[in-house]
Amino acid sequence: MHSPAERPLSPHLQVYRPMYTMVLSILHRATGLFLSACSLLFVGWLVAAAAGPDAYAAAGRFFSGFAVRFVLTVALAAFWYHLFAGIRHLAWDLGFGFEKSSARASAAVVLVCTAAAFAATLFLTPAWRWLTGTP
Amino acid sequence: MNPRPGRATRHWRNQRLTSIALLPLGLWFLAALLRQPDLDYATVAAWLAKPLQALLALLLGIAILWHSGQGVQVVLEDYVGGRLRGFSIRLSQFIHAVAAAALAWAVYGLVTGGGA
Repeated sequence: MHSPAERPLSPHLQVYRPMYTMVLSILHRATGLFLSACSLLFVGWLVAAAAGPDAYAAAGRFFSGFAVRFVLTVALAAFWYHLFAGIRHLAWDLGFGFEKSSARASAAVVLVCTAAAFAATLFLTPAWRWLTGTP
Repeated sequence: MNPRPGRATRHWRNQRLTSIALLPLGLWFLAALLRQPDLDYATVAAWLAKPLQALLALLLGIAILWHSGQGVQVVLEDYVGGRLRGFSIRLSQFIHAVAAAALAWAVYGLVTGGGA
């Protein structure tokens, strides 16, 4: 069965003094969980498209609601963050960037890349129009 | 690489493999979605009726759900204790399996011409 897990578990958060590299690590998990939930929206959207025009129109009404639009906007930011932070994790897996100074530098790179990619997607593509519902 | 890795090692390795697959697939989807002139039914159905596009959407969905299932399991292992741990992991696996079945049904319907 599943307990105990067959790997070292993550230590409980309270034992650490907060540091921004740690905040990034938590954000990676938080954005991952958020994107997991949003993957159900992705599947639901495909199912609606496959089910035909009426179902797709109903899905369209759901997706154009303010709350869902807000969720999708956050999901776009979470996508970029999780992508860049994921690349940082893959680099660690290959043995690169473990020094404290490089971990801090790569953290800053991840944040800058996320902000740039999020802004570029919002303002250089139809994303802003679709997410805000402006014509 | 160890020719017969254990379950935890496979879990770790598959999480990395799905993350690598998600880099191009995720970027493809975002770019393809944003390049659509509109997101109405006719446009989206025509887009995903193309076999290659449907295949990419299927691969993306599989990679997302696989990676998501693994990631959620790791978080549950870390932060859910006692009896709830096993239950929550099985619940997550069930939701992911249902989503995967729905995904397969949807892509099949889209590629065979809508109105499945």
